[in-house]
Parts: sequence; C-alpha cells; structure tokens
Amino acid sequence: MTSITVAETPLLRAVLARADDALVHAHRLSEWVGHAPMLEEDLALGNVALDLLGQARSLYTHAAAIEGLERSEDDLAYLRDAPQFRNLLLLEQPNGDFANTIVRLFLHAAFMLPWWKAAMSSTDATLAAIAAKAEKEAAYHVRHAGEWLIRLGDGTEESHRRSTEALDRLWRFTGEMFAIDAEEEPLIEAGVIPHPAIIRPAWDATVAHVLAEATLARPRDGWMQLGGRRGTHTEALGHLLAVMQHLQRAYPGASW
Amino acid sequence: MYTQALNQKDSGPPAGAPEDAERLARFEARVAADDKIEPNDWMPAAYRRTLTRQISQHAHSEIVGMLPEGNWITRAPSLRRKAALLAKVQDEGGHGLYLYAAAETLGTSREQLVDQLLSGKAKYSSIFNYPTLTWADIGAIGWLVDGAAIMNQIPLCRTSFGPYARAMVRICKEESFHQRQGYEIMLTLCRGTPAQKAMAQDALNRWWWPALMMFGPPDAESAHTDQSMRWRIKRFTNDELRQQFVDATVPQGHYLGLTFPDPKLRFDEASGHWQFGEIDWEEFRQVLAGNGPCNRERIEARRAAHADGVWVREAALAHAAKRRARKAAAQQLAAE
Repeated sequence: MTSITVAETPLLRAVLARADDALVHAHRLSEWVGHAPMLEEDLALGNVALDLLGQARSLYTHAAAIEGLERSEDDLAYLRDAPQFRNLLLLEQPNGDFANTIVRLFLHAAFMLPWWKAAMSSTDATLAAIAAKAEKEAAYHVRHAGEWLIRLGDGTEESHRRSTEALDRLWRFTGEMFAIDAEEEPLIEAGVIPHPAIIRPAWDATVAHVLAEATLARPRDGWMQLGGRRGTHTEALGHLLAVMQHLQRAYPGASW
Repeated sequence: MYTQALNQKDSGPPAGAPEDAERLARFEARVAADDKIEPNDWMPAAYRRTLTRQISQHAHSEIVGMLPEGNWITRAPSLRRKAALLAKVQDEGGHGLYLYAAAETLGTSREQLVDQLLSGKAKYSSIFNYPTLTWADIGAIGWLVDGAAIMNQIPLCRTSFGPYARAMVRICKEESFHQRQGYEIMLTLCRGTPAQKAMAQDALNRWWWPALMMFGPPDAESAHTDQSMRWRIKRFTNDELRQQFVDATVPQGHYLGLTFPDPKLRFDEASGHWQFGEIDWEEFRQVLAGNGPCNRERIEARRAAHADGVWVREAALAHAAKRRARKAAAQQLAAE
C-alpha cells in the first residue's frame, strides 16, 4: 500500500494532531528502553511511552471513526508521510542526553495536564472519555519529569549546565503549544477542544514552580518555531518515520 | 530464564569443610524437608555463593535481554504489537530489578553485581548474544526463548531459597504470557503472506539450536549439578529440561507449518519423546567465551548506558544530600 492522504476536516486534524503528538513522543521515549541512566528509568520512561502509545491508539481510532473510511489506527500511524503528520516540533526532537529528554517531557506534560483536564468537558464525548484517562497519566508525567528536572537543576554543576542547555535548546518550540490555526477557532467555540490561552496560566505556574526549585532560569520568550501542525517539520521527523513505518511500507497489505 | 550459572564451578572453599558440622546437618535436613531458607538463616558459604551467582546471572540476563528485543520497539509493525513489545521489555526490566533485590538479601549490593556484569566477570544467558534480524525474531524469542525459560523456571518456583522462589512465581506468570504472545506473532506470520512465512521459518532456523543450548551442557559434562540438586536450588537436570522443552515445542512448530532445522528430529514411539540431533557444543562454548555474534555489542551497550548515566546518578545523589542538609538546617533553626 502506498502512502495515504487524509482529507482533513478541522475536527479530524485536531484529533490527528494530538494522536501524532502522543505517538511521536512515545517513539522517542521508547528509544531509551534498555539504555537509560538507571534501571528504574528504563521502567519509568517505558511506562510514560506506554501511556502515550495508548493515548495515540485511542485518538487514531477516534480519528478513523470521524473520517468514516474504515481505516485503522495502523493506517493512520504507518501510511501517512511526514508532511501529513501534525505533531508539535518539540516532540520529534531527538532525545539528546537525559536532561534534554526530561526537559522535553516536562514542558509538554505541564501543558497536557491542564489541556486534558479541560478536554474532559469536551462536547465530543469520545475525546472527553479519552481525556478522563489521559489526565491521570499526564499528572504522573508532570510529577516524574518535574522531580527529575529539580534533581538535575539543583544537583551538580554538570547536571545544572546540561539542564540549562536543554531548556535553551527546546524553549523555541514551546510557543507552538499555544498557537492556534484560524480553522481551530470554530472547534474551540463549539467546546470540542480547549483554547490554549486558558492553559497558559497553569503551564506558566508549573514551569515557574519547578524551575525555581531546580534553581534554573526560565529562558526568554524569543522567536518561536512553528510548522508541525501544518506538516512543516524539522529534519528529525523523516528519520523517525523511516524507522517506524518501514515494515508496513516494505510489505504492503500484510497484517502483523 | 537462564540457569546457566549453575553449570559454573564454585571456586570458594569446599562446602562444609571448615564449617560447623552441626549447623550444616541442620541446614541439609531443612532443605531435604523442603523448608524454605530465608536471608537471615544460617547457610553454607557455597550455598550463598552459588545462589548469588545464579540470581545475579538471572538478573543480568533479564537486563541484557532487553537489548535484542528493544531493538524492535521503534520498528514494530503495528501499534498493538508495539505496545505489547514495549510492555514485555519493561517486564524484563522489572524482573531484573526484583532479582537484584533478591540477590542483595544474600549480602552483595546491586552496584557490585552490576560492576561484575560490566567488567565481564559475571555472565548472562548465552542466548542474548544472538542478533534480532527481522520482526519474526521477536516472535521466535517469545515462543522459543521464553518457552525454554519457563521450562527452567517453573521448577525454580520451588527452589530452596525463599526470596528467589517467590520472585520466580511472579516471573513465571509473566513469562507464560510472553510465550503466548510470541507464539501468536509466529502464528500470524505463518498465516500471512509467503514472505512473512519465510521470515518465520528463517527465525526458527536461527533460534532453534541456541534455544536448546540455553539449558546448558549435557548432564555428563555438568559436574556441578549434583550439589545444586541436593540443595534443591535445581530440581531437574539440564538434559531432562531440554527434553521437556523439545517435546512441548516440536508439535507447536508443526502446527505452525514450520520445519525444524534438524534432519535427525523424529518421534520415538517407544520412549514417547522427540529425539533430536547433536547440539553444536563448540558454538555454545565460543558464545560463552565471548565470541558470539553480539557479545561485544551487548556489553558495550550496557557499559555505554552506565557511563552515560554517571552524571545523572551523581546529580540525584547530590540533590538528595542538599535536601537532607537543608532539612537538617531547618530543624536546627526551629530547635534554637
């Protein structure tokens, strides 16, 4: 089977965006399994990856139902090319060192916890149900990543330096979490997905609290990199998908 | 998995020789009566050494075993398979964690045990020195490697050392689940396209003999089995377990429509067992000696993870020390 192209409605695109976020982030975290700094982290990062993978599967299944073409979660995950992926640029960034991975997880989970909380009252009943489960998982992700960021920031000179570098490297991708496309506005007005502006205060507060404990400075909000939601990605995503999708692409139509 | 440590020779002082004969007799009687030995009980030094070696080798095997299977997490061909594989590899890490904890009850710290693995002093199961080359290898590992592990481990649920026996109960449950998952991957491939079935056959060809080697050398060459049997650390011999495994597995392979890479394999009506050809013990010895296809890669991956994590572990310790100091200072202030 060659690549598929999804005829996106605003709702379909919004659901796919969160599914792609979860899948791409799960992929990155799963790369740590077997290679983490301590056995406990092999387990913990694997756990977070499993949570995100579960969220991705529920969201793809929902997206396929919205699309109504009897496509499967795997069709959506494995047969779309990079420009069809709608994930945030932040989440496709390579793992780098442990500080980079933790900062990436923290910045996103601190956003997703209030996002899922708000989405629990979505007018889309399926999304609300997914949110009810994901909210509990996100709470653990924020706690785990936050505790690690505090340890690293307020640990040794080296861990402080690495955390600072990670924040500086990734901060330019945080603006994308709060950006909205014009086509999302009707969805927000209809109460399907939360307006990112209402997420901002909770995110700012969590970031401020953890960075203070970690003795880390919040980077200045400079120019923000956007494009993931529109399918204009960084170079990292193509490589990630080449690895992830290769079996499905090499054996078209086979079931596994 | 992985009782190959029981085939290694114990190099300490001979059991019982300098030790209190009366205590030793009491210990032997308890073991013979199927009493469980607990960490605080008196035990012969050789028993302690044998178990530390066995449990830690088992733990190391779980940890190194995460690598060949982890190799396919990012490439799993469906989201369902990806989730199952990720959970499986995570289970293995969990097994490693509580096996290290069980070994620690015998008085050696996890840090020491891990150092022994990284320095090459401690071994892990030979099977993980083989590469996972296609997705079918994930099926074959579940079916054959976990299947062989279960044969080895079910008797260990009744092993004489309490913490090890209890850990094995849980591990066996999870391994049975993994084994079924692996077989189901093979079944799906065998009922799939010709290319998928060929992939499954190729995986069986490569994993069959290494799986048989997991049970260790033949009884005739395994002189260390006697004491371990008497102490009820081990309950069946290598050859007995290997035969059980072959008898259970061959019909499963035939059901898949696959051919075993052994022209001498045949069912013996008289004994009711499947007879199999000669195992290439030279290959086994070479793999144990460090010359398997992936010995270097596996240990280098573990060393790299350990070395790359030094600054993280140091940071965690430094932060914990700062916290303690701040708490103590606050208490001091409150007391004044």
